Amino acid sequence: MSDFTAVSTAEAPGPRAGRPDSGPRSLAGDAWRDLRTSKVFWIAAVLVVVVLLMAAWPSLFTSADPRDCVLARKNAGGSGGALFGYDFQGCDVYAKTVYGARDSILVGVSATLIAGLLGLVVGLLAGYLGGWIDALLSRLVDVVLAIPFILGAIVLAKRLSSDPESNGVLAVIVTLGVLGWTTAARVMRSAVISAKNQDYVTAARMLGAGPARLMVRHILPNAISPFVVVLTVLLGINIAGEATLSYLGVGLKGDAVSWGLAIAEAGPYARTVAAPLVWPSVFLAATVLAFIMLGDAIRDAFDPKLR
Amino acid sequence: MFRYIVRRLLQMVLTFFGATFVVYALMFANVDDPFQALVGDRPLTDSQRAALNARYHLDDGFFTQYWHYVKGLLTGDFGMSLTGRPIAEMLAQAWPVTVRLALLSIVIAAVLAVGAGVLSGLRRGGVFDTVTLVLTLIVLAMPIVVLAPLAQLIFGIQLGWFPPTATRDANLYELLLPALVLGSLVVATQLRVTRSSVAENLRADYVRTARAKGLAPRRVIGVHVLRNSLIPVITLIGVDIGALMSGAVVTEGVFNIPGVGFNLFRGVRTEDGPLVVGFVSVLVIVFLVINLIVDLLYAALDPRIRYE
Amino acid sequence: MTDITARLDALPGLDPRAPLLQVNDLHVEFRTRDGVARAVNGVDLWLNPGETLAVVGESGCGKSVTAQAIMGILDTPPAHVTGGEVLYRGVDLLRLPETDRRGVRANRIAMIFQDALSALNPVYTVGFQLAELFRVHRGTSRREAKRRAVELLDQVRIPDARRRVDDYPHQFSGGMRQRVMIAMALALDPEVLIADEPTTALDVTVQAQIMSLLAELQRQRDMGLILITHDMGVVADVADRIAVMYAGKVVEEAPVHDLYAHPGHAYTKALLESIPRLDFKGQPLSVIRGLPPALTDLPSGCAFHPRCAYAREICRLEPPPAYRIAPQRITSCHFVREVLGV
Repeated sequence: MSDFTAVSTAEAPGPRAGRPDSGPRSLAGDAWRDLRTSKVFWIAAVLVVVVLLMAAWPSLFTSADPRDCVLARKNAGGSGGALFGYDFQGCDVYAKTVYGARDSILVGVSATLIAGLLGLVVGLLAGYLGGWIDALLSRLVDVVLAIPFILGAIVLAKRLSSDPESNGVLAVIVTLGVLGWTTAARVMRSAVISAKNQDYVTAARMLGAGPARLMVRHILPNAISPFVVVLTVLLGINIAGEATLSYLGVGLKGDAVSWGLAIAEAGPYARTVAAPLVWPSVFLAATVLAFIMLGDAIRDAFDPKLR
Repeated sequence: MFRYIVRRLLQMVLTFFGATFVVYALMFANVDDPFQALVGDRPLTDSQRAALNARYHLDDGFFTQYWHYVKGLLTGDFGMSLTGRPIAEMLAQAWPVTVRLALLSIVIAAVLAVGAGVLSGLRRGGVFDTVTLVLTLIVLAMPIVVLAPLAQLIFGIQLGWFPPTATRDANLYELLLPALVLGSLVVATQLRVTRSSVAENLRADYVRTARAKGLAPRRVIGVHVLRNSLIPVITLIGVDIGALMSGAVVTEGVFNIPGVGFNLFRGVRTEDGPLVVGFVSVLVIVFLVINLIVDLLYAALDPRIRYE
Repeated sequence: MTDITARLDALPGLDPRAPLLQVNDLHVEFRTRDGVARAVNGVDLWLNPGETLAVVGESGCGKSVTAQAIMGILDTPPAHVTGGEVLYRGVDLLRLPETDRRGVRANRIAMIFQDALSALNPVYTVGFQLAELFRVHRGTSRREAKRRAVELLDQVRIPDARRRVDDYPHQFSGGMRQRVMIAMALALDPEVLIADEPTTALDVTVQAQIMSLLAELQRQRDMGLILITHDMGVVADVADRIAVMYAGKVVEEAPVHDLYAHPGHAYTKALLESIPRLDFKGQPLSVIRGLPPALTDLPSGCAFHPRCAYAREICRLEPPPAYRIAPQRITSCHFVREVLGV
């Protein structure tokens, strides 16, 4: 080892040196101290809060009704009270964009929760039990990964959304959730395996800690931070996935209002009036960006090696 | 090396059956009326029903159906679209365009990602690195449904730098903007991986050895750092192809490029079930084969894998 | 390409009668986010042809940094050489243009590293990594370079060299890999070889083989060898002189037998007493209290005073001067007399 590496690790003060053996609490505490000083984190957090507010109480942001469309004012500009003008059906673009947050977020969060749960269970089982269960589950992950995401989603979403009555929200949630868990499972599995082989976990096992206790007290705390990072980024991916499926016509439909649908509807008219295409796009990209940045910030805070 | 290839081939066969099974099950398992599932909301005539049955054996048990489907896939018989055209023929016509588009976007992405990634990795924290990182973040955040229509609107329609839509023969110029859009799907990740792997390899002991050997910085980086740094990037290409396939559906749809993705895009919109299943199955196989090739390439680049 | 050897022979100021290698008052610091770590604080060393100088000290005492500063392969930033000179036959390497400096490496001064597995590039064959030297520095043809590579592997006694030249580093055992490293360092017939803990990562039996191989090759070529180690046992057999380093300084320098018989610095004495010895079996082993100091915050006066059994007020206040206690013997200890027991 060169002396330089000795110097740099030995001299790193408290918050930068991860101390996995001193328990999850201080690691999380260190990470939070780091996050608080991160510009990226605060930008992302503010964006996320705004979008969540928009999803929960759209009326805070606009008094107009997105479904109140008057053909007479179609393609009209920013006059008449609508901030971004009106689209080809005479709907208020701003109101539509604000209300679009709700289904986008709902789908993104629910799908991520499903994927996270599946990934957690599969990753824990595969990583902790090992042997043929691991082999089988890893093969399953390979199989799902062998199907390009959107292609699989097209087939599944099309299949699930055959009910003409529904607006497709549930179908898209299930689709994205069922196809999106693989990365989470892989990360969880490798985190569990590396945690399992740590000396202090071996020591705890020798001291007679049972599997459940080992899992909850010793392995999970160390596996959880990469997992959270993956889920945060997945949330962004799922929101984009909803938009893509809706755009292709196998996602939300009927009276649903979402950014993907708005983009799909506005596309053919973009030559005449661009705002109905541009604004949902901007909101969608900003939301995805926020979650990616959040994931980056959390990862940097939890992984001192990366700096 | 031989054992590695054999093992990868066996794995691929397994994955092939798994993946095609999943695709098939997603489409047909536990459906009340599989015929209706294929054609969507359209009314179904008895003759159509008979034709579909001849193809998919939908009246038989699920595993028999799957068997017929796989047999068809392996013998190049992908069935007929609801429009009455053989899917194999549609594929044959669409492939060259999509391959051209994909190659173009991969080349653009790889050149940008490796070039900028190496520069960023060499000078982490510098101005170039910071700007590049912010740009990749923005590109990462742009879903293809945002990027494709916006690029078409801005560069195709308003600025008029590129043709907004492609014609039947889809020449290179027409494919350039769509290829940029498609390439941006993968460029950010590739760049970030290149950057961090260059930065990491720069600190490796063997780089110190190379400098102790009195090699010029250009050779240290070009010969010793680069080869090691590109290994993780190469493995990414496998994953990237999947993203490109997904992206091609939207991109070809938006830019009207008569490739595989465009056919699939239209198939989804017109609820052409046989077309969707046929195209997706073929794409899954292509994806598998490409991943196999990438793995072999990986083994060729990294001797430690070869002799495992 | 221009002939590097010819250019190196014509370096301005090159004096064949000057000492082979001389390091004067070398200072190196690492500037990091957490402050400045002063890794090397005025090191003096010298080396003659055919001589073995051992540099010993605990990890973090600056011995590897010194070696890398001599080679000119420190990463800048964070490392900065802030003072002193490294004279190769009278030429200050620190002031040499970069291309000449590169030429000195491997051609005149070569280095082998501790962990040969990570020090060799995993994706190239050892043949390629050896041949590279001839191709870059001598402009040799591919075929000739490979022939020389096989020859070198033969010289470091790797069996079946002709076949093994096409193997990758991970296909060799630890000892064989270190032989490859040695072959690489000796490829261009350097006059100085710096070996940074060459045997630390190896089994004891293999260690002995490598050390005797090094000694033999050194004799054949009349090379100067700087052996960096923390293992006082290895040193006794092979070194001519020893430089003991503590906190970035050479605290004592002496011919090897004098130093073992009569250590002249409190730190050296403590270091020697902490070696387990068969003839003291049954007695408690003495240890040096405490830890080496943090390089960002060195103790005042003599850096060893917080851990020193001899320390008194003056040690905290004033850095000890270098006392010449015999020809070729220098020590920096306020209580050299007490330590020597005279």
